[in-house]
Amino acid sequence: MKTFPIGGVHPSENKLSCSKPIEVLPLPEVVNIPLSQHIGAPAVAKVAKGDRVVTGQLIAEAGSFMSANIHSPISGTVTAVDLVANGQGLRQPMITIQREGDEWAEGIDRSTTLVKECALSSQEIIAKIKEAGIVGMGGATFPTHVKLSVPPGKKAEVLIINGVECEPYLTSDHRTMLERGEELVIGVTILMKALDVKKAVIGIENNKPDAIAHLKKIVANYKGIKVQPLMVKYPQGGEKQLIAAITGRQVPPPPALPIDVGAVVCNASTTVAVYEAVQKNKPLIERVVTVTGKGIKEPKNLLTRMGTPISVLLEAAGGLPENAGKVINGGPMMGRAMCNLDSPVTKGCSGITVMSGRDAVRQTATQCIKCAKCVAACPMGLEPYYLSKMTQKKGWEAIEAQMVTSCIECGSCQATCPAYLPLLDWIRLGKQTVMGIIRARAAAAAPKK
Amino acid sequence: MGNNNKLTIAPSPHVQSDRSTACIMRDVVIALLPALVVSTVVFGANVLFITALSVCACVVFEYLIQRFIVRGTTTVGNWSAVVTGVLLAFNLPATIPWWIVLIGAFVAIAIAKMTFGGLGKNPFNPALVGRVFLLIAYPVQMTSFPEVEGFDALSGATPLAAVKQGTVSASAHDVQDLMLGNMPGSLGEVAALALLAGFVYLLWRKVITWHIPVTILATMAVFAAVVAACSGMTGAALWQFPLFHVLAGGALLGSIFMATDYSTSPMTVKGGIIFAIGIGAITMCIRLWGAYPEGMSFAILIMNSVVPLLNKYIKPKRFGVK
Repeated sequence: MKTFPIGGVHPSENKLSCSKPIEVLPLPEVVNIPLSQHIGAPAVAKVAKGDRVVTGQLIAEAGSFMSANIHSPISGTVTAVDLVANGQGLRQPMITIQREGDEWAEGIDRSTTLVKECALSSQEIIAKIKEAGIVGMGGATFPTHVKLSVPPGKKAEVLIINGVECEPYLTSDHRTMLERGEELVIGVTILMKALDVKKAVIGIENNKPDAIAHLKKIVANYKGIKVQPLMVKYPQGGEKQLIAAITGRQVPPPPALPIDVGAVVCNASTTVAVYEAVQKNKPLIERVVTVTGKGIKEPKNLLTRMGTPISVLLEAAGGLPENAGKVINGGPMMGRAMCNLDSPVTKGCSGITVMSGRDAVRQTATQCIKCAKCVAACPMGLEPYYLSKMTQKKGWEAIEAQMVTSCIECGSCQATCPAYLPLLDWIRLGKQTVMGIIRARAAAAAPKK
Repeated sequence: MGNNNKLTIAPSPHVQSDRSTACIMRDVVIALLPALVVSTVVFGANVLFITALSVCACVVFEYLIQRFIVRGTTTVGNWSAVVTGVLLAFNLPATIPWWIVLIGAFVAIAIAKMTFGGLGKNPFNPALVGRVFLLIAYPVQMTSFPEVEGFDALSGATPLAAVKQGTVSASAHDVQDLMLGNMPGSLGEVAALALLAGFVYLLWRKVITWHIPVTILATMAVFAAVVAACSGMTGAALWQFPLFHVLAGGALLGSIFMATDYSTSPMTVKGGIIFAIGIGAITMCIRLWGAYPEGMSFAILIMNSVVPLLNKYIKPKRFGVK
């Protein structure tokens, strides 16, 4: 069984909602659309208070190349373009829309008819993806058109579709692969055309045998596409880990990118969004969100419009349990804990995980016993105990030399620590500080204009 | 719903290990139990007394030092003092006077462990520091072993000592006796099979990996085989000699339970292998050409001192670096 070369852990999978078909969540009454729900520059609002908008209409435009368009997920009236608290309570610019009816913009094909043929050129495909505001839906929210625009001098050789979903609890990609397999595979052919590659591999963790079998049956009719089952091991779905598992090539340390080893990775749900954008003219206005957790009455996979308050999703799954202690935007390994449940679903929100009781509280940290479990767990081959300790001592040169910037923040070290040390908290701080130092150094070295 | 002030905010990951330090240390104690049982059968109930005394002394010393000198959070709950206590007892002969046990426990906990800041900070294995201190301070009591019925070597001498004195050849020892503990020796080193059972348990519970123990034993076996071949042994002696060295004395106890001590072994697999080769080679040098019949404790302590260096220079294989 293929897997990545170094480290890894095996947290309890807890895929509570894996057999729950995708349900369509009723249209929300009010949505809040953050202008920044992707990596890069925030989008620039194109509407103002009082404007009427329809579903699928462009309401905010990409602020630069490294940015993404945003479209209205419902039809109605813009009631505010203002600062609104996000999941962590920080005030962010958002567009608030009050729903009226369900009107759609012209030209969007809402039928379920499969459109297989795509006569567009590579440039045209990328332009359509950019127009639709598609970003990585696995959580990283990297603008997809940027990924597809291969820099001159580099060549994409293989397209990898990330259907691993190695985060415990989450099942949105799993259900999407099962229920929208045909669209997914057509999306793969479109991406292959955009990148001009002859080979695509869909990587899926072996705990989803139904999705593997389903997609294998579909890709049999297509040339150059392969389904690759992968060992169940976290973080199999980390971009670098997945590339290594499938191609055997390791992306060198930052600032190297996957394209440096000839790979482009795209999440499974994103690939379906690409199909919809290119073949159906449908912008990215909805996504599947898993609502899950041990205390949740009915774990569900909900097809949700962007901007819907998290609280609405929780209600749809039976409400927040009595002993809920932590609500996570994403999965428990890399997701972000929230305090504001009125905050909206965004493009990168693949799930809402509710932790209850003792699971929600960190155990008291004790002293490091040098068990080396963090070193063995690190998928990047780093020494978390050392990076964490040296960050506390502000040993920036030392941690830079020990490659702190390679850390992918997967949390394997901390999740395996028997002393419950907040390893990743410290390493994040160290990594950010060192990256700041590197940027300052580059700025100082750059020739002044 | 809105703002919910009962919700915890913390950075990821939101998953924690279900195996705490205490849980791991308890597993080590469990892994030592088979050897304790065999030892009790071989040497009698005094074994239980010595072990209990050693454990209690270690725990009490750690508690007192933590409570009245260090004044930090009490750490005896993490079971590491219990492990030290059992290991110290396992390194003593069954006839040891009780007060020597107390001195050993004091040296192990007060000097070798707490002086450096307690668990995780001690550079040398506390139980071994205790044992070596006693060996040097009380050589007579530390090397007087009770006779074991049916064992055909010189009475009271461990197999290694008998070989050292030249009274019995290594190949004359019955492998079955060594496996079952039918020989004189320290409490914990007599039964190879019981120690191996503990090894399997530790591997199964993922407390340790196989690298260090297997490398030490393999190094010793290869070392012994080469010496056997060079010294003109022939026939069965060629494999009996290495096998004897792997099974006799503290080889198994040391390699499975002492060399794998977290704080005093390297952080990387590669470092661990170098560390283990060093222990195996030094042990054999002492056994064959040194003044003592057994060299495991010295070898581990010597290699303990190399660990910071190994941690500094032996780095894990980094992802994406050729």
